[in-house]
Parts: sequence; structure tokens; C-alpha cells
Amino acid sequence: MKTANTLTIDGLKITIEGEKNLLEVIRKAHIDIPTFCYHSELSIYGACRLCMVDVSGRGVVPSCSTPPEAGMEIQTSTGQIRSLRKMIIELLLANHEQSCTTCQKNTSCKLQELANRFGVTKVRFKKAAAARPLDNSSPSITRDPNKCILCGDCVRMCREEQSVGAIDFAFRGSNVTVAPSFGKGLSEVECVNCGQCARVCPTGALTPKSDVAETWKALEDKSKYVIVQIAPAVRVAIGEHFGLEPGTIATGQAVAALKRLGFKKVFDTSFTADLTIMEEGTEFLKRLEKKEKLPIFTSCCPGWVKFAEQYYPELNDNLSSCRSPQQMFGSLAKELLPEKYGIKKEDLVIVSVMPCTAKKYEAAQEKFAVNGIKDIDIVLTTQEFARMIEEAGLQFNSLTPESFDLPFGFKTGAGIIFGNSGGVSEAVLRFVNEKVCGKKNTGNYDFLQVRGLEGIKETSISTPAGTLKLAVASGLKNARTLVESMKRKEVHYDIVEIMACPGGCIGGAGQPVYYKPEVKEKRAKGLYDNDKMLELHSSQDNPYIKELYKDNFGEAGSRKAHRFLHTHYASCKRTHSGEISILKGNSVNKLEVTVCFGTSCFLKGSQSILKGLVDHIKLSGLEDKVEVKATFCFEKCNSGPNARIGRKLLEKCTIGLAVETLMDEIKILKECASV
Amino acid sequence: MTNRNHRKFEEVCRILEKNGNDPARLIPVLQQVQEVYRYLPEEIMSFVATSLNISPAKVFGVATFFSHFTLKPKGKYIIRVCDGTACHVKTSTGILDALYKKLSLSEKINTTPDMLFTIETVSCLGACGLAPAVVINERVYGQMTPEKTSEVLDGIIKTEEKQKEAVNA
Repeated sequence: MKTANTLTIDGLKITIEGEKNLLEVIRKAHIDIPTFCYHSELSIYGACRLCMVDVSGRGVVPSCSTPPEAGMEIQTSTGQIRSLRKMIIELLLANHEQSCTTCQKNTSCKLQELANRFGVTKVRFKKAAAARPLDNSSPSITRDPNKCILCGDCVRMCREEQSVGAIDFAFRGSNVTVAPSFGKGLSEVECVNCGQCARVCPTGALTPKSDVAETWKALEDKSKYVIVQIAPAVRVAIGEHFGLEPGTIATGQAVAALKRLGFKKVFDTSFTADLTIMEEGTEFLKRLEKKEKLPIFTSCCPGWVKFAEQYYPELNDNLSSCRSPQQMFGSLAKELLPEKYGIKKEDLVIVSVMPCTAKKYEAAQEKFAVNGIKDIDIVLTTQEFARMIEEAGLQFNSLTPESFDLPFGFKTGAGIIFGNSGGVSEAVLRFVNEKVCGKKNTGNYDFLQVRGLEGIKETSISTPAGTLKLAVASGLKNARTLVESMKRKEVHYDIVEIMACPGGCIGGAGQPVYYKPEVKEKRAKGLYDNDKMLELHSSQDNPYIKELYKDNFGEAGSRKAHRFLHTHYASCKRTHSGEISILKGNSVNKLEVTVCFGTSCFLKGSQSILKGLVDHIKLSGLEDKVEVKATFCFEKCNSGPNARIGRKLLEKCTIGLAVETLMDEIKILKECASV
Repeated sequence: MTNRNHRKFEEVCRILEKNGNDPARLIPVLQQVQEVYRYLPEEIMSFVATSLNISPAKVFGVATFFSHFTLKPKGKYIIRVCDGTACHVKTSTGILDALYKKLSLSEKINTTPDMLFTIETVSCLGACGLAPAVVINERVYGQMTPEKTSEVLDGIIKTEEKQKEAVNA
């Protein structure tokens, strides 16, 4: 039988069903073509050449960048192809730092896996590259250029899916490396710590930073009282590390494992997720009533928050002032538990187990510490948690399930689904639906429109106060698309939920390494199933939350609640670049003038202010007395354009204001000099 | 002196404007900026990235990829010794070694402290008929020997000294 749309793969007839490249057709035929640089969600790069196949009449071609055509006869594993693949891997290994046994990626490394699969038992080539320094500057991600195979997955992930572009290829030929701009560390550039680069890295070149050693140290310190919170997305992924199906709900085993590791109490971040809904829901209703600061943007995701602070400082007021569930937990626990357990505050150590690398950055922020005591002491990823279980020799799958400690271990399903993109929105809807529409969420509490792995989702509900429109975005590229179309006033929403990682926290970079796209779907389903199993589904029904308000905070949104559960945002520099000297100013006693040339100020006209100032300085013959510099970002983007003249910081600066201030300051300077 | 930085910066603004702040014109922008500064300062590259709305990492990537671009300040006179096949066969290495020795430079430190000379090698200038060839700024010198190159350099140094004296007088 010959149809127009079939081709032959290793003698099997396969129908082409709209696949864009041969690779997808071949994988559909259950043949696992090896690749480093192919990810279905990223653009096709064709660098690794491992996916070469033999097309009759054409010779060896890369299947990732060859469109399928009817009638093609393909062989995927000829002697020539096998030896090519083996050679490629051998060449990659030659310059790769082969410290496999001590590498974080050991056993989950793709290079290791493929070297094993193709029987590379010996590397005949000598290492030619000189050792490069490790980038340990980021609290979230470690970058080891010596392990990089230049597949470019991280570069494309950061640019295409996250629209950040913090890393790129630099230099040329044998010196090529993937690096942040100007040889800086990851912490000094616009990296938002989402770690998606590490998620797609096939080797150990980009890995979540490990804080395992610090955790062991705390656990062994007899003077410390170490407790732990565990995020919703962890429970449906941790099992993967121990051979369970993705999405298996392993809450009981995870809790048991944490207790066996020596944590005195095990709590659930879903509890503070419920608390977040109470605060954020209340905050939203207040804003709605006053018709201000709308739409409200969620603030649970530290990757998104840094992204917003960097690129959209004008949204700082729109971000919900609520801390993330992780930080709410820290603040709450450090305030209430020392007294409860009869210990000193400084002896209470709080560890978080998170699916996320950006949570490490979040916990390290100064604003989340009181008198030098951090709210969250250590953040572990799901991967690190798994490593600790292994180190301790615990057999995860045979652990007898245990339950969370109270009171911070009791949650509703609303707090569980936080781990999925759309989960926060759904939880808010369950809250708003009851508070505004007066509908008790019995029976049907699902809002299916906000579920699923699409990048941008939207829904609306009608309430007595009018129709409320919601948008949900995951992946920062999608967030950017959404925000841009809102700025152009093409769309309007009341509530916008954004998660930096595609799919939400279940797809976080701290989760067990996976290479198959369906894993995320299964994890998402796991969380929704978990919601179904619980007794309560709306945060406002959580009895321990009610008790918490009764005993401590009064009501949601109260002054005390604000002190402990809310935060503030500030615009944030993208890169730490130096200043551009414009006028030097020769005299000893000179006036310093800096004009901000960050993106936001630049767009608001800092160039004309600089020109106006310099023209004026020249006209009045003050060139010797004034030093003028252009700088990058005063971190006050909201009130830009900014200029600092002498000691005065001018916000919303105009040429007139700048010149006036300049003359005043010069006068003061002269008076000081004459005295 | 005080005006020079401002003039340069205004020139960069003009270059960006002339190229319509078009990210696709990154390479011509960088070329023109390098003409202004004789190298690509980090802050200016950050500024270019901001103005073209692309990430600084991308600009850094492009600037480090092409050997035409330099991230370190170069001397007033850039001496390019051709080391293409023809020039190499005709002993361009001898010229290079002589230059390094004369100016106390090396492959790693290739600019004199007074910022007068930078020595570079290039792979073929397309002037193989003149091999071995040396280019100083825009001027091509053919069939060079270590002695002849040294003479050219002496000439430049003399001119420079005269100019300095004239300024001081």
C-alpha cells in the first residue's frame, strides 16, 4: 500500500502527521534518536549532530533540521552513523571535565548516558582547553564552563522561553564559552534565577547550587531546633528520583523521610499558600472596591518578581504586596514558634524544600530578615532533598507514610494546586467566588479554564460587582507578551497570575531531572488529584488559618498581618556596569552630576536632559567645576528620568529642573569653598 | 580634554540614531562605535544594548566573536603583521619577533604603555604579491624585512616626538 504521506524508517512504514522535522517522526516510531541540542519547546539549532540519519539518495543528514517528505527511506542506525555518533561523543568528552563521580549531574547527565549507550569506553584525544573558573556568584545556580558542551540549550531557553538572555555564546573558535555579559558572574547580570537553563543543560555545566552540606551541619548541631517546610510541587516529583511514576503523590513518604533525617517538625508550605490566598484575595477585593492598582499581579514566584522589578518597574504597585508562601512561613514560624517550643529565636533553623532555584535567591534577600536573623535559613531543591535521602540510606519507597505536624501542616486543596500554573488563580477564584458571589464552593469547585500547560490562559467570572477577568501566564516570554499587550491596552484583566517556569512550580529547575515533555503533565495531574483527595478545597475553610487570624492577626489584611505577611518591591538594576564619563571636571572641589541611562530613564528622555545639562555647563563656563557621568539605573525607575546633582536626587527630572538644581548646588559649593 | 568624553558620547548617540536603533544593525553600530573609542568600552556596550533593546550578553558575544572588535584600548598606531601562508613562507615571523623585541611587547601584552603602538597578526591581507606585508593603520608596506619595519617605526616615533614638542612649546 502506498499513500502520499508515508515514509520508511528502518523498514517500517510511518505516516507523517504534520511533524516539522524527521526527528519527531522517528521518535514517533519509538526509536530514541540521541540529541543534546534538540528540545521540542526551543528553536532548532542543529549543533550536536547526534541526530544524523541516513536518507536514501541524500546521505547522512541531521534529522532535527530536515523536514519529512513522503517516500523518504531512512535508516537510523547504520554502521557509519553509529561510528559518527561515537566519535562526536568521544570528541566532546576530550575537552569535558570528566569528574563524573563528584558531579552533581552524576547519573542524570545526558553526556554520561549517551557515552554509555554508544559504548564509548576510551577517549583517544587529549584535552586541549585550559581550565576556566567556576561561577559561584549566584545563590541559585552554579556555572561550570569546564563541563559545557556548547549545545546552546541554556542560551535558547533563557532567550526564547524566558526572554531574559542573561547568558550567550562569547568568544570564538576553541575559546567559545557560554557566559553572562562582560565576563561577569550570574549574580551581577539580569539572571532571574529561575534555573530553566540548568533544567535543560545536558551536563553539569549549569546546576542548582547545593546547600546540602549546610543542612547536615544544622541538623547535627545539638543547640539548633531544625524544622522544615515542603512545597506542594515537591510531593508529586520526589518519587521520580526513586523510580516512581511522575505525578505519584508521595507526601507521606516525603514527610517520613524528613523526620528520619532529623527535622524536629515537618510543615506544609500549602498551609501558608492558603494564608496567601486569604491575604491576596482580601487585598484584591480592597483594590477592586477602591478601583486602584488593578490588575493585581501575583507575587508568589521570585523569578517573576525579579523579572518585573527589572523590566517592568512601573508594575511594582500592581504586584500583590503579599510575600510568597515560603516567606510567609518563615516570618510566621520565626515569630510564633520559639515561644511555643520554648527555644531562642536564633536557635530555630528553618529549611525549605522547594521545586525552585529562585527560592534560594528569595530567602537570601535582605528584606526577609529581622535584626539579622533570616526568616528562611536554608532552601533545598527537590533534587537536594533526594540526595539527602540517598546519603542517609533511606529506602524511600518502603518508608511508612507519616503526616505533617500541626498547626502549619494542615492545608486545603487550594494550597496544594499552587504548584501548577493556574493554581493560584483557581484558589483565588474559589475565594472570590464565595466572598463576592456568596456561593459556597460545595460540589463543584473546579475552574477548568485556568488548568493545563498552555503558556497563556484566560477566564472570567461574573460577580455582582461586574465581570472579573483573569489571565494566567507561565514562562517569562509569555509573561512579557501578556504584559506588553496589556500596556498597549489590547487586553484588560483584573487578576494576572504569573509563574516564571513553564507549567508553574511543577516544572521548576529544582525538580528531578527529566527529558520527556509528558512528565510535567503527570506532575500537574498529581496535584489536582491530591486536591480531590483532601477534605477541604477553599483556603477560607482551613480551620487552622481561621485560628491563626483569631489568635494573632485579627483579620486578613490587618496592620499586623501586613507587618508579617506582606512586603514591598523596588526597581532592580539589570547589570552592574560601570559609569560613562562625560565631563571630567578638573578642579578639586567639583560638583558631581550623574544622569541615569538605564532603559526606563533612557526611554523617558534622559538623553535630552544630559545634553541640556552639558550645553548649559559649557555656556556658563563651568566645565572645570562639574563632573558629569551617565550611569545605569538608580533603581528608581518608576519616577524616572532620574538624575543626581550633588547631593540631590531628582526624580521625574526635566531639563529646567536639572539646570536650576545645578546652579543652586554650584552656589552652595562656592559658598562652602569661600568659608 | 574635558570635552572629549562628551563629544564621543554624543557621537555614539548619533551612531545609534543613524542606524535607527535597529537591533539587526548591531555589527555596523559596534564598528562605528569602535572608530570613536578605538575599542569597545564595557559601559558603552551596555548602553548600546539598552538602546537597541537586546541583552548585553548578546552584544558581548558579537563583540568577542569578531577579531575586528577589541575590548581593550589599542594604541594610536595598529601594526598588523600578515601571517597568511605566503607571508609566513617569506618569514613574517622574523618581522613579528623583531617588532616584539623593539617595542618590548609579546603576544599577550601587545600594546605599548604609552598607547602608541599595538601589534597584531592577521591571517592574510590579500596582498600576497607584496609578501611579507605589514599594515600600519591604513597604510600597506610590502616586501618588508625586520630592518625596514624598524625604520618605519623610527619614523613614526620621530614624528610623534616632534608633535609633542610643538604642543609643549
